[in-house]
Amino acid sequence: MGPNRTWLLIAPAMLVIGIFMVLPLLLAVGYSFMTANPYGGVTAPATFDAYLQFLYQRDFDDSLVFSPSYALIILRSIYLAMATTLICLVLGLPVAWYIVCQTPERRRILLFAVTLPFWINTLIRTYCWILILRDEGLANGALRHAGIISDPLPLLYNDGSILLGLVYTFLPFMVLPIYSTLERIDARLIEAAHDLYASRAAVFRRIVWPLARPGALAGATLVFAPALGSFLAPDLLGGGKKLLIGSLIQMQFTSSRNWPFGAALSTVVTVVVLTVFVIRSRRAQEERG
Amino acid sequence: MNGAKPFDWRHTPGLSAYTALIFLFFYAPLLILVIYAFNSSRLVTVWAGFSFKWFVAVANNGAIRDAAYNSVIIAIVATIASTAIATAGAIALERGRLRFGRGAATALIAMPLVVPEIVVAITTLIFFSGLGMHHGLFNLMIAHTVFCIPFALLPIQARLRDMGGTLEEAGRDLYADEWRLFRRVTLPLLLPAISAGAIMAFVVSLDDFLISMMVSSAGSTTLPVYIYGMMRLGVTPEVNAISTILLAVSIVFVAAALLIGRRNKLA
Repeated sequence: MGPNRTWLLIAPAMLVIGIFMVLPLLLAVGYSFMTANPYGGVTAPATFDAYLQFLYQRDFDDSLVFSPSYALIILRSIYLAMATTLICLVLGLPVAWYIVCQTPERRRILLFAVTLPFWINTLIRTYCWILILRDEGLANGALRHAGIISDPLPLLYNDGSILLGLVYTFLPFMVLPIYSTLERIDARLIEAAHDLYASRAAVFRRIVWPLARPGALAGATLVFAPALGSFLAPDLLGGGKKLLIGSLIQMQFTSSRNWPFGAALSTVVTVVVLTVFVIRSRRAQEERG
Repeated sequence: MNGAKPFDWRHTPGLSAYTALIFLFFYAPLLILVIYAFNSSRLVTVWAGFSFKWFVAVANNGAIRDAAYNSVIIAIVATIASTAIATAGAIALERGRLRFGRGAATALIAMPLVVPEIVVAITTLIFFSGLGMHHGLFNLMIAHTVFCIPFALLPIQARLRDMGGTLEEAGRDLYADEWRLFRRVTLPLLLPAISAGAIMAFVVSLDDFLISMMVSSAGSTTLPVYIYGMMRLGVTPEVNAISTILLAVSIVFVAAALLIGRRNKLA
């Protein structure tokens, strides 16, 4: 197939994604430099106000006052996304190793079981935790039944429940890439290490971990990026009281009606996420040599 | 005693119990939802016997039926459009000769997987409102087609890579022209992967919440958006029942796609 026909076949995909995804992204960058229209949308004049809003607030006399509340939301989102990534790594690595150690038939079944949650609606997966964690929920009910507590524990609507929801949502994204790098492990390496009296810990540190690292790195990107912009876990399990970037962006287009600020926030999130992906693929190429 | 048992690196003490716990973490919450959906009591947490009545209530709810109808229509259109686009794209990427731009094309097609959902949601909203496009369902069909393309493309591309080019070479040696080659050789071999890709696209479209919520307007509410509205009002048996239905649909479709893919490999 020559280049002309190749371009013809690939053109629809590139055009559809280019027009309906890349163009809107660029449009949003443009919107972030405009003035908010209180009825939604944007008006002239062009301004940096949306970006100033990250750190300052306009006072009544139009002077800028330092106000870190939005910056704190951004920092909190980054912190929670990083915590999610770390927890997923710690929880997921042993699972990936366990699957690698199984027979091919069992590997297939286990991999299906890890993949399946990805295809189940995140809305429903997140909602399940409300059933468990709320005041009248399963966890409090069980604890009360056992006589451990008399008043329900506030399990829902805090950083802990948000973190739980994020880990629950994104854990499969960590297990799968680690598995796919570990799968290629050469059993003779481990046997040789053992013959040389290496302990289990040494085998892990010297053989398994170096092999798992590219997968862990890929998994970390796949977890961190969507966790940073996540909306459902903070909204349903955080009760919408403790804002994260995802809900903050969404609010600018619904209740707050500040489109430029919402566009500025999503521009920043996109730049961060794309940078993470680019660094990752550079690293991956270097490691492949 | 230590030397009596041969060293088996495939066995780490305690690891199977740990893995079982992680799978319990994955699936127990879903199981709890399903059990609650069959609970006849209105007080979700108090078990009062097995009952189908909440499923009957959901089936008789006109608003849920309308939302489900919207979701299915959007998913069917997005599936057909994205699968056709993805099939052409996958063939070009795997069989085409490009001197330049392959990396850029691949990166562009992967964009919907990389850009955070909330960003896609609000930028699509900005785009449609900037153009003055207020077409309800039609806007949603376009938005869904965009993010379904990579999901439909991946299985097709994987299949093309697995089967190699030898059969197509053979067809070419027998003087088949490009179109007949496609109709008689490539397409039949690719059909299972195309079906798997289409099913994945359908599930992804049916399940989408965030983008649909921002892009939909009154009258074009999809099922997940409607369910979210119900959840905001509190935990009810109806929410459990409709969530269970959506859960079952996803599992059945994904299992089907996997079985098709498996047969594909054996053939």
